[in-house]
Amino acid sequence: MAEHVRVKPLMPPGHVRTPAYLRGKTGVIERALGAFPNPEQRAYRLEAEDQPLYRVRFTMAEIWGDAAETPTDTVDAEIYGHWLERL
Amino acid sequence: MGGQAAGPVPRDEHDHALWEKRIDALLVLCGEKGLMSVHGLRRALEDMGEDAFESMSYYERWIAAVNQNLVEAGTYSLQELGTKMDEIARRGPTYGEAQSGVGPTGGPHG
Repeated sequence: MAEHVRVKPLMPPGHVRTPAYLRGKTGVIERALGAFPNPEQRAYRLEAEDQPLYRVRFTMAEIWGDAAETPTDTVDAEIYGHWLERL
Repeated sequence: MGGQAAGPVPRDEHDHALWEKRIDALLVLCGEKGLMSVHGLRRALEDMGEDAFESMSYYERWIAAVNQNLVEAGTYSLQELGTKMDEIARRGPTYGEAQSGVGPTGGPHG
């Protein structure tokens, strides 16, 4: 069964590895990719704990709403677990 | 950039100049030494703001970002950087003179 997640709708300044256009959007986990040192910490040369990385699939309808030309097409994005909320 | 209108994507390729290859290599070396990461490079590039993407070439932005990271890492001070830049500028106006340390008169440092 597909695991639904929502990308946290946060907009902090600085180096963030989650595309702004996906924040607040809901998708499904396509696969887990393993854990990697948090690049948002490494960008500032700080200690970086491992964070799980997921490939998340979003529909065009979810991202663009009524403006989506092909609503059922999807886009996959690789997003770290600390940016995701399970639904 | 940032989802804003920017016109068509330039698709022409060019051969990389020696200085561009050296900047690429410098990033790899600094990463291996633990002085910075590609994440630090990206962060510094983003922090430059939009104007930098109009006024600087790709590897000009890279070396500015590498420099930002190395200053932050304490690899060298701004005083040391400025002194070295001045020393190299005195060698002569061409890349060959600057890198060899041999000026147009043939003597060391011009």
